[in-house]
Amino acid sequence: MHDTAVPAGSSGDLTIDVAGLTRVEGEGSLSLRVRNGTVEEAHLEIFEAPRYFERLVVGRTPDEVIDIVARICGICPIAYQMTAVHAFEHGLGIPIDPSVRALRRLLYCGEWIESHALHVYLLHLPDFLGYASALELAKDQRSTVEAGLTLKKAGNRILELVGGRAIHPVSVRVGGFSRTFRRSELASLRRPLAEALEIALRTVDLVAGLDTPDFSRSARLVALRHPDEYPMNEGRIVSTDGLDLAPTDWPVEFHEGQVAWSHALQSHDRQERPYLVGPAARLTLAAGQLHPLAAAALIQTGLAAEIRDNPYRSIVARAIELVDATAEALDIVDAYQAPDRAATRWTPGPASAAWATEAPRGLIFHAYELDERGLVAHAQIVPPTSQNQAAIEADLVDFAPRVLDLPKDQATHRIEQLVRSYDPCISCATHFLDLHVEDVS
Amino acid sequence: MPPEPRVESGRRSARSATSQRPRIGIVKFASCDGCQLTLLDLEDELLAISERVDLVEFAEATSRRSSGPFDVLFVEGSISTAEQAEEIARLRAVTARLITIGACATAGGIQAIRNWFDHDEIRAAIYPEPAFVESLAMARPVADFVAVDGELRGCPISPAQLREFLVALVSGRRPQLPDEAVCIECKRRGVVCVAVARGIACLGPVTRTGCGAICPAYGRGCYGCFGPRESANTVALAEWLSDGRSASDVGRLFSGFTAWSEPFRATIDAHGGPPGPRRQPPEPGDA
Repeated sequence: MHDTAVPAGSSGDLTIDVAGLTRVEGEGSLSLRVRNGTVEEAHLEIFEAPRYFERLVVGRTPDEVIDIVARICGICPIAYQMTAVHAFEHGLGIPIDPSVRALRRLLYCGEWIESHALHVYLLHLPDFLGYASALELAKDQRSTVEAGLTLKKAGNRILELVGGRAIHPVSVRVGGFSRTFRRSELASLRRPLAEALEIALRTVDLVAGLDTPDFSRSARLVALRHPDEYPMNEGRIVSTDGLDLAPTDWPVEFHEGQVAWSHALQSHDRQERPYLVGPAARLTLAAGQLHPLAAAALIQTGLAAEIRDNPYRSIVARAIELVDATAEALDIVDAYQAPDRAATRWTPGPASAAWATEAPRGLIFHAYELDERGLVAHAQIVPPTSQNQAAIEADLVDFAPRVLDLPKDQATHRIEQLVRSYDPCISCATHFLDLHVEDVS
Repeated sequence: MPPEPRVESGRRSARSATSQRPRIGIVKFASCDGCQLTLLDLEDELLAISERVDLVEFAEATSRRSSGPFDVLFVEGSISTAEQAEEIARLRAVTARLITIGACATAGGIQAIRNWFDHDEIRAAIYPEPAFVESLAMARPVADFVAVDGELRGCPISPAQLREFLVALVSGRRPQLPDEAVCIECKRRGVVCVAVARGIACLGPVTRTGCGAICPAYGRGCYGCFGPRESANTVALAEWLSDGRSASDVGRLFSGFTAWSEPFRATIDAHGGPPGPRRQPPEPGDA
């Protein structure tokens, strides 16, 4: 851990360093270089030790890859498993039973509920209410934190039932699942999900009423969009400025590059512009496909435009998506019919396999080349946080001047809160916040 | 291999005179955050636990930080960089009982697969400017660097075992963490043996219990994520698995999340090493 450097003062040129960002998944820090009150540069430094996943999957079978890529992130293993399994099935031309498709959407709903409830209640809400953690918040508002934990648990119940365990589930296989599920098994989820839906609706009211810093910027937002459903497993890659690509075609518009201050590769679009993925992008681009209960909740907040323009409002976007995911999960449980078999039989072979899905933190893209034996020859894995990193840095350059006159600890708090609003998953991008402000005058 | 957690033993307690609650820290090195998340996944017990222990360092959950001292420090992740090697030595010096949690900390984790391969080649395959990326040539378990007082296995750790460990800690008794094979738990659960009945490759006989025998219960073979149990007879199992499989496919079965722990490591070596770039050179345009 770095010590926090204290700037000499608010006027003139200085550098802010936030070393050891907390309440995010992983480790990172933030450096701002300021000249005459203007932020010249913001670096989100991701120094999570590299784990070289794209190399670790070389020589592996598609089913082994599904187990391995889950370990990129303990908070969103399903996002990695789903993106990989869809890529392989699309590349190898394996048809999927509609009931299997429904089970996978249910599993993804479980991960969204677990991850969003974790972020809203345990990681981000304490910022708005002035606490260091949800555990301290619980001393004053125990029922609020308990409700959040109940909501989170409902998501984990789905993961445990359909996936076998909440973290690094084991059931997803190429062609379907490792086992079938009876209708009666899924029915056990009904009661916890109904309770979770009630909590999710209350959560929207809670977070929509939070005192939020006034900040507005125009970002290029990118998400999947599907004609019939809110985007999770499937859809086309669209943007706020008219992009429309197949989920296999991410590299047509976007590319990764390396910067000296980060172990995560940063993504940019063809014009080298930053862009943003995540709940605010999805709500802006795919609100028309929300579950009716979530759509009504969004309208009631009246915050659709602020969600698009103010990153601090992402907590509201997550709450809306909690309503969507719990309501959808309930619908899936009620309509479920067991598939005839757990998985479609398939034959290993060569393929170019690629796909994009929507992780809780935003669009995630995988591409694999399978050789003649059906083993991975090459892999590219693009997590949401590495795509957002450049946009986060751009937003910090915009936002930081407003807080530079504040005392150091308050400025750091505001900036950390902003960074947390992107829910950066640094272990997947690969670390978090030490704020460094460097005075270069 | 590190011994079982001994709650009653260890160095002098760091508890302050004003607080009887043990000072607990949770830190991570190279890992996915999933094992520390397991604490936040104890939704029914989390608030009660937080009242009985003093969580002084847990960056994933709280902005309050501490660099020690700790009565108990849970360490997630493998040691993969020179800075991490320095930090774990510093943490050891301020910790009474250091408990490694999860396959990365106890066995090196999936990233230890790279220990079989050329580090520079792997780094260059992913990063256009490999010089910006510093890491040690190998990703290794914490016990290779400092003394470890106890461990919780698994990828991820079991919520039930974490709960048992914490309850034992606050009540001052030894935690009950069995060292038996997954097979025993599987039988107890009433699962039909996937290896015998369906011919599925399963590491259950050589893998330590704790997961609940999930994989066999979900129709697939155990992939060894809790690592080898005491005196695991991997030689016999590998021979049995060799019926109808190539040597490399037998080695592949052991090349998972605890591959770097003995005797899994020796079994992999005896079967030509893990799958990966060494045996399958990259295409010219691969990087």
